[in-house]
Amino acid sequence: MKRLGDMLLEPGAFSEIAIGNAALVRAMVESGVEIVTSYPGSPTPEIAEAIRSIPAERRPFRFEFSTNEKVATEVAFGAALDGRTSVVFFKSVGLNVAADSFVQLPLMDIAGGMVIILGDDPGANSSQNEQDNRHYALMSYMPLLEPASAQEAYETLKVAIRTARAHRTAVILRLTTHVCHMKGLISFAALDKQALAGSHNSGGGFLPVASECIPIAAAVFPMKRRALERLAELRLEADASALNSLMPGAAARGPGRIQAQGGSPAPRRGIIVAGLPWLSLRDAMEASAAEGRPDVLKLGWIHPLPTGLIARFLADHDEVKILEELDPVIETQVKALAFDAGLHTRILGKAGIEEELGEHTPTKVAAIMSDAWPDLFPMPAARPALPGRMAPSRPAQLCPGCGHRSAFFAVKAALGKDDITVADIGCHTLGHLPPLRMGRVLLSMGHAVSTASGLALSGRDLPGGRKRRIAFFMGDSTFFHAALPGIVNAVYNSHDVLMILMENGTTAMTGHQDHPAAGRNFNGPAAAIPVRKALEGLGVDNIREVDAYKQDELAAAVRSALDETGFRVVIAKHPCMLKFTKAARRRPGFKPRHVTIDQAACTKAHACVSLFGCPSFQVVKDGRVSVERELCIGDGSCKQTCPSGAIIDGEGGF
Amino acid sequence: MASAFNIYITGVGGQGIGFLAEAIARAADKAGLEVRGCDTHGLAQRGGAVASFVRIGEGCHSPLVREGDAHLVIALERCEALRAARDWLSPKGNLVWYDTSWQPLPVRLGEEAPIEAPEIEAICAALGAGHVRVPGGSLGDPRMQNCATLGAVARAGLIPGLDMGNYEEALADLMEGAVLAENLALLLGGC
Ligand SMILES: Cc1ncc(C[n+]2csc(CCOP(=O)(O)OP(=O)(O)O)c2C)c(N)n1
Repeated sequence: MKRLGDMLLEPGAFSEIAIGNAALVRAMVESGVEIVTSYPGSPTPEIAEAIRSIPAERRPFRFEFSTNEKVATEVAFGAALDGRTSVVFFKSVGLNVAADSFVQLPLMDIAGGMVIILGDDPGANSSQNEQDNRHYALMSYMPLLEPASAQEAYETLKVAIRTARAHRTAVILRLTTHVCHMKGLISFAALDKQALAGSHNSGGGFLPVASECIPIAAAVFPMKRRALERLAELRLEADASALNSLMPGAAARGPGRIQAQGGSPAPRRGIIVAGLPWLSLRDAMEASAAEGRPDVLKLGWIHPLPTGLIARFLADHDEVKILEELDPVIETQVKALAFDAGLHTRILGKAGIEEELGEHTPTKVAAIMSDAWPDLFPMPAARPALPGRMAPSRPAQLCPGCGHRSAFFAVKAALGKDDITVADIGCHTLGHLPPLRMGRVLLSMGHAVSTASGLALSGRDLPGGRKRRIAFFMGDSTFFHAALPGIVNAVYNSHDVLMILMENGTTAMTGHQDHPAAGRNFNGPAAAIPVRKALEGLGVDNIREVDAYKQDELAAAVRSALDETGFRVVIAKHPCMLKFTKAARRRPGFKPRHVTIDQAACTKAHACVSLFGCPSFQVVKDGRVSVERELCIGDGSCKQTCPSGAIIDGEGGF
Repeated sequence: MASAFNIYITGVGGQGIGFLAEAIARAADKAGLEVRGCDTHGLAQRGGAVASFVRIGEGCHSPLVREGDAHLVIALERCEALRAARDWLSPKGNLVWYDTSWQPLPVRLGEEAPIEAPEIEAICAALGAGHVRVPGGSLGDPRMQNCATLGAVARAGLIPGLDMGNYEEALADLMEGAVLAENLALLLGGC
């Protein structure tokens, strides 16, 4: 059996099947990175899993999950300021949280260099938007590199680290979901201990005296000037960088020149592309039966753009298509550049909103290219018409036995029809789906407390002199991540809201990372900061705590709390059953447990299916309910939801 | 593109789709073939539909497959078999599906009728595609259904260029001891 941890520390050069996220860790090891931080968020958590695969005593750097992305960025910055090369990684929207400190980094002289790995998510595979973080690079004057494959991710991270060290600055490595998760045979270099020793800046370089790291008022300008000058230097590096490549097309005569039948030469055509869309484009080119093939300029340096290289490419072509995922960031710069250089190349940017939406998958790129140049990219034959219906949709849902489901069921029973619930981010967001439909609005992690506060302030009066009541949900990892300032505000400014804290003891949605209440951090046991104690410390005195499986008790607690005023808390507590069951399965002597339906007692009311909605309950044609043994974990949280008491312990099935 | 072989593997979060993809990718590598792929596991453990791609041979580049262009579709669940056959299976391709049913919500709520095997067969027939149904329910441990299905794929030789030895070596990369022995037995002997 092969072990990832051994592979990541292998002294020699080798090739192995790996995903992009794991390959990044090898690049950190090879480059002598010393401090690594993160906050979990897809598509990046597998980087931490790869780090965990290296036994702690052999791990060549220190890693921590910090409480949020801003904190993680600051920890990485502090270490790098003192000369230790650091890396921080998080998901796309994590940068919004980190932004206040992040935008300052290029103003600084960062002796050790630091790299920020961003996991952007075109296609919103697991995010609340598909924001294009390249905008942040432009806004903050920070260099940004972008690989197109897992192999390139590994190599580009090494370039990013070298660049960050050489320029004593911060560099962004921008990845997208399917580059992070792309799997393939990756060639890794040997660990070169000597070269490493030479390249190292040593720690301890930050002196306790001078104040050149304080950007206040007039002091901002020399720092901003230095950032802009650095960017100008980097533009020259970008122009010469091997991260960009020029790939000549194929044609009967001359690169990119397609001979029109018997007539005048066809226009010289080229494509500018970056990131994963390059691989989609390669597939489209291979699939095309057309004789000619455009030239391609594939960019790896995205900010600052290699303007010299691009200007030459434009000058060499009559038509250039910019194939760019998400926003027209490259497009607008290239058009400006062509204008300034007086070039008359026809530049084809995005043809419409469709090209700004979603991922540039092979399917999408084939359509985009055939739209642009149907002669070079004929549309593939249409799919034959298929008989029958579409498959019913299958959105993600709460797991069997999830405490959140039980809590939502109880809370729903306690709410009046005019009461409003505000959702937050975590597994419990899934409560907004049918059949539970709990939580009406969602912005970002931790928003719920203050969005709820605003809704409460609006204080709409209901008929009969009643006030509309507002409750919101909050996860326990999110509590520490971003909810605390909102909670303090709600206490301080006396907002009339009810927080229902969905305490499952872990960061469930992103793969069960520990959080500050867990009593463990990434590196071992740690002092726990219990959520309840934290609230009490903030002066919250209206707190109830109920096991989420005790639905009557929980509903009663919510009912009472809803009628009170001020900032109130109901903690709905139950361990994450996915995590719990996984651990239980690994223990010797594990016996699976299930419930079953007492068919004699069942009235086919289907409350278990249509109100509670545990996926274990299956409905057969005659209306009987059966329990799917592969799904049911025998938790029994469903029993209380059956009006005729027909759910009993058993063997599953009918 | 001529020599590329595209595989689309799908099921419901928690069924071990990622393991199946990893085993196939490694088997292809053992056979000396170029391979790339990708798991789409955003909310993999939350009971949603999940998928992995594996692409084998020269001339394929993206880790993702073009819709309707999977030469082999492997589905671990009935409704997902229907979805995948409609959206991903290429004409004249092959569908291998493990017949268990985890009803999606619209079916449980009675908004949609349960999926029946003939619906899946009809799609395959329209595409001129091969069709292998692995009967479900016979395995002691449901978490072994992915390996049982892999066995069906391997024994039928549905992935060109891969022989049984490649699959065995791939499993030995990923597990050891009694677990490996059990899974090898499923791979070789079937269920
Ligand atoms: C700014 C930001 N960082 C990270 C994420 C990724 N993310 C989604 S859900 C979640 C965890 C929520 O954990 P918790 O609040 O404990 O709720 P649970 O999933 O355990 O129910 C995270 C970190 C995000 N959406 N936004």
